[in-house]
Amino acid sequence: MAKRIDVSGLTAYYSAHKAIEDISMTVEPRSVTAFIGPSGCGKSTFLRTLNRMHEVTPGGRVEGKVLLDDEDLYGQGIDPVSVRREVGMVFQRPNPFPTMSIFDNVAAGLRLNGSYKKAELADVVEKSLKGANLWNEVKDRLNKPGSGLSGGQQQRLCIARAIAVQPKVLLMDEPCSALDPISTLAIEDLIGELKERFTIVIVTHNMQQAARVSDRTAFFNLAAVGQPGKLIEIDDTERIFSNPSVQATEDYISGRFG
Amino acid sequence: MESTQITDTPPPTPQPVSAEQKRAARGATRPGDRIFLGLSRGSGIFLLVIMAAIAVFLTYRASLAISKDDANFLTTFEWNTGLVPPKFGIAVLAFGTVVSSIVAMVIAVPIAVAIALFLTHYAPRKLSGPISYVIDLLAAVPSIVYGLWGALILVPHMNGLFGWLDTYLGWTGIFSWQGGAPRSMLTVGILLAIMILPIVTNVSREVFRQAPQMIEEAALALGATRWEVIRMAVLPFGRSGVISASMLGLGRALGETMAVATVLSPTFDIQSSLLDPGGGTFAQNIASKFGEATEFGRDALIASGLVLFVITLLVNGAARMIIARRKEYSGANA
Repeated sequence: MAKRIDVSGLTAYYSAHKAIEDISMTVEPRSVTAFIGPSGCGKSTFLRTLNRMHEVTPGGRVEGKVLLDDEDLYGQGIDPVSVRREVGMVFQRPNPFPTMSIFDNVAAGLRLNGSYKKAELADVVEKSLKGANLWNEVKDRLNKPGSGLSGGQQQRLCIARAIAVQPKVLLMDEPCSALDPISTLAIEDLIGELKERFTIVIVTHNMQQAARVSDRTAFFNLAAVGQPGKLIEIDDTERIFSNPSVQATEDYISGRFG
Repeated sequence: MESTQITDTPPPTPQPVSAEQKRAARGATRPGDRIFLGLSRGSGIFLLVIMAAIAVFLTYRASLAISKDDANFLTTFEWNTGLVPPKFGIAVLAFGTVVSSIVAMVIAVPIAVAIALFLTHYAPRKLSGPISYVIDLLAAVPSIVYGLWGALILVPHMNGLFGWLDTYLGWTGIFSWQGGAPRSMLTVGILLAIMILPIVTNVSREVFRQAPQMIEEAALALGATRWEVIRMAVLPFGRSGVISASMLGLGRALGETMAVATVLSPTFDIQSSLLDPGGGTFAQNIASKFGEATEFGRDALIASGLVLFVITLLVNGAARMIIARRKEYSGANA
């Protein structure tokens, strides 16, 4: 069910500004790939090109190819809405729908895809909440608003919402940066479980986190402010953190950056 | 703590500390703070005083008239303040005011919400600027100009619509038409709708613009289309704002005078059809009768004004209740 992502020659712009340039990489199914790099290097922008969220920003446009298995996400006649149903996303700050209950939050994506019977819906909601390790904490208050949960719980609710529609790929944009260490640990454990079923790409500023959760790590950098971000290298996480092949990567992960 | 203990037992010497502390707690020890505190508090009190003064004035003058009224003030269908004893009631006016305002709301609110959504979520920025500007201009047109336009342009052009409504919806009774001049509640409602459109649009637009980006992105990332994003992330967030906007519009529609007076052919009875001419509203009735009214007639008109005042308060209270009922789920918790 999880799919491979194959990016070749991808360049993304904000109006005239080139944010990332000529990125090519392969992301294996059922693995966790972490994107690391300094602020402004374009790793979040790149992540957002993988489910066509980049073009939602005014002036955002993309050149290049992103293959999901064999289908080009930027091919002619491809509807970005259907792309996003295949490639789910979890954001930096937990963003449950404030006007919806916990149940409705998880069911939101399913309801977009068509009509479901009540029992069916309840079944998927329970499975998704269990999949996000949140079921035991919320099963008695499914009809309460999602905004009443703690930050960590809200983020797991957002993960449950994303996986409820059975995406092929799950993109996570710094999912723990607004959370405390214990909530972060809960999400990291969850990522370990989710990779059995999904292809996961995670952007993180926390290098320990990248080392803990990912199988592969990609390091992005930019030559100077205003220059486009580039992919410096991508390799097995172990190798990146022990013996990277590019000097800039070693400088960054060892803190000698500048 | 120490100082309160001292002031509890009458001190031998005055204790300036305690007063100083009180002021400090309000953050008003510096002269600038004190002036600002005084100004803002004064403004708040001033507002309450004005409200109270209006209420007292209306109630007093109204009570003078109502105490001499020989008919039931709320249910009577006539307005004869000159009779001995006088007979007058506000049934016709209440009906006309409420009906014309409801017609205006039914027409204006969906259109205003649609325009606001178009401006904030569909229109390219180059287009939304000029359109917003034109809508602002619409709000600046004096109501008498709307009234003249309504009487000279709108009324003569209503025959087609009225005939159509009578043919296809006449069986409902609400849209039957006996062929009189279209100076009826529907025409008034349409004119009022045009008049309240800018305010409802502008307020709704500001509310929709403030819908949080991250919630909209959440919907997008789930594979929502643009309309679904609006339904999931914008409309629920904007609901209370749209209600407030509608209430502002309703307030204007309820109190509108000149536009109603120029378009409606006033009679003191109730038409069961929206298309048949006749009826009246509080504001229109006051404006058309006030000039020639006797002292007592004026008191009677003021009594009708008091009812309008109460209706407006009730409408506002109802709106607040609707907003408060869904507070737990409101976007403000985002």
